[in-house]
Amino acid sequence: MALAQPKTDALEARLAAMQMPEGGWSALARQQALARLRKMGLPTRRDEYWKFTRPDTLVQPDAPRAALFHNDEAPLFGDMDRLKIVFVDGVFDPQASDDLALDGVTIDRLAAVQARDAHWAQGLYGTLESRGQSPVERPLAALNTAFATDGVLIHVTATPSRPISLVYHHSDTGSDAILHHVIRVENGAEVTILENGPAAARFNKCIEIDLADEARLHHVRAQGRDHKRRAATHIFARLGRESVFKSFTLTMNGVLTRNEVVLELTGDDAIAHVAGACVGDGDFHHDDTVFITHDAVGCESRQVFKKVLRNGATGVFQGKILVKAGAQKTDGYQISQSLLLDEDSQFLAKPELEIYADDVACSHGSTSGAIDETALFYLCSRGVPRGEATDLLTLAFLAEAVDEIADEALKAEIVSRLEGWLVRHRT
Amino acid sequence: MLEIKNLHVKLEEEDKAILKGVNLSVGPGTVHAIMGPNGSGKSTLSYVLSGRDGYVVTEGSASLEGQELLGLEPEERAAMGLFLAFQYPVEIPGVGNMTFLRTAVNAQRKARGQDEVSAAEFLKLVRQKAKELQIDAEMLKRPVNVGFSGGEKKRNEILQMAMLEPKMCILDETDSGLDVDAMKLVSDGVNALRDAGRSFLVITHYQRLLDHIRPDIVHIMADGRIVKTGGPDLALEVERNGYADILAEVA
Ligand SMILES: Nc1ncnc2c1ncn2[C@@H]1O[C@H](COP(=O)(O)OP(=O)(O)OP(=O)(O)O)[C@@H](O)[C@H]1O
Ligand SMILES: [Mg+2]
Repeated sequence: MALAQPKTDALEARLAAMQMPEGGWSALARQQALARLRKMGLPTRRDEYWKFTRPDTLVQPDAPRAALFHNDEAPLFGDMDRLKIVFVDGVFDPQASDDLALDGVTIDRLAAVQARDAHWAQGLYGTLESRGQSPVERPLAALNTAFATDGVLIHVTATPSRPISLVYHHSDTGSDAILHHVIRVENGAEVTILENGPAAARFNKCIEIDLADEARLHHVRAQGRDHKRRAATHIFARLGRESVFKSFTLTMNGVLTRNEVVLELTGDDAIAHVAGACVGDGDFHHDDTVFITHDAVGCESRQVFKKVLRNGATGVFQGKILVKAGAQKTDGYQISQSLLLDEDSQFLAKPELEIYADDVACSHGSTSGAIDETALFYLCSRGVPRGEATDLLTLAFLAEAVDEIADEALKAEIVSRLEGWLVRHRT
Repeated sequence: MLEIKNLHVKLEEEDKAILKGVNLSVGPGTVHAIMGPNGSGKSTLSYVLSGRDGYVVTEGSASLEGQELLGLEPEERAAMGLFLAFQYPVEIPGVGNMTFLRTAVNAQRKARGQDEVSAAEFLKLVRQKAKELQIDAEMLKRPVNVGFSGGEKKRNEILQMAMLEPKMCILDETDSGLDVDAMKLVSDGVNALRDAGRSFLVITHYQRLLDHIRPDIVHIMADGRIVKTGGPDLALEVERNGYADILAEVA
């Protein structure tokens, strides 16, 4: 079916302002992504999948301006032994980055290698994104594949000694960045990927992850705190037999964030955990959209999303577990909860289960609540001031999501940032 | 220590009077017991004194060591030395018992202008007091009161009291749900804290607790008032005959 005229117009207006990078091996994938995009058009607020989140500012030709967030805290993950790769407004910063050499891993920058005739990432770039376009369209991801200016291609053949840390600085208030990463983890290898920072006034980021049998990937990210920044991110991952994928996202501030996670469990006994904790005060809209497909026997998936909202902040959760015929012994768990610190804030949730196998255990729950006044009084009656007591209860609410981070040092780092945010946002 | 004068309290949500002129004076170093039928207002009195929301004081006053209580926040009252052992201790999932205790102790010290206790010093103290109350170390690591039995919750209240060393301790039915041995343990914990500078207000339905924690004075509360005050014998009378005679006599 042809697109309606307004959709075509909106798409062409956006495309007019963009230029597809010259690409050797990536050229075909980019062209195909553009063709996909032309069929879909950009999202509009009338699309069912964008019912709770207005995509206007994510699709319009220019990025709305975003002031920079200044803080005097030490940089996140700063004390960790890690391989650092820095982008400023989506542009690679060689001075601030480490040498891209790490035992067991090859790391290339997309922009540096895309003119070559061949690359190991060729079979993956745009492939997982393309698979993730059905049954639900994700036009911003197709846009990303077609127009990404850079990104990193990480091939893990043996477990490296330290995490790979992607740092996204934001320095230009009007910057519009599109990055696309590809990660392939080979049989039995294990890697930790860290991401942090606002990246740009508007950030479109896509990661495609391919986990071979028994491969393991840990992902911890913290999105930047610039109040007016916008981000649309996608993670597409395919999980092989007995592979493990664990991802945690911390979001503090940001006028608009849409994080989509699209996972396909294709090998038996694979495990996927995705979790998120967000805290928003005022002009804050955060959307977690997750789609997990079980297509193998004995797999486990777990979604834990917690949102703390105040002063008119909005949280959205759209989470789906699809269990295909034959995906017996599936264990699927999904929970999405919000803590509303006042009556102006809102939480919109659409949890979905679609099951075509008969021997499965799936559960989902979504709740929205206020601070427990009885617990608050109990704490205060022991001498804990109201603000501190509220913070304790708020952190307790977030704990189930934060506890998904297996590494204790990383978890402590994330908790300390949350504590800092709560102290700064006390009433 | 604690002076309550003509205290009238109604519910915030509905126009229902609960306390209808309570007068009570607890001197330093003394133990007072309050008994009375269900629904007479004993817990309400303890909540109003500790600053819980949902009640409106329509008349009267309450003070601790001469300082007016009723306008203050719950945490301010706690820092002044008021402590309530809850009739129904609250479960707080996600907040560790140790974190809670240390936060409370340090918050009170800070409010009084004292230095925080060091983590090591704190740990040593908690371990020792927990041991005395036969609370095992595993329980301290769990979230506050979550999965605790009724008796364990009550012992945990006394542990908090022992750590916070308040001046005025209100115990609301701390004996309910305790087995005979636990009752002895809790009473020993309370008795260990008795001294000239510390007073207790013990709310109970049963003489048994008062066998262990010997009160100086016993009050009977009915329909929002203290209707009779006497010595320890008054509790024995209640145990033998119930409230009917006493209520008939004051009616
Ligand atoms: N928040 C409230 N909402 C409605 N009624 C209340 C509330 N708080 C207290 N009451 C009522 O006030 C009266 C006194 O209650 P309170 O709990 O103080 O009694 P008590 O003497 O402690 O009883 P018990 O011996 O059963 O513990 C009861 O009738 C109770 O139902
Ligand atoms: Mg009561």
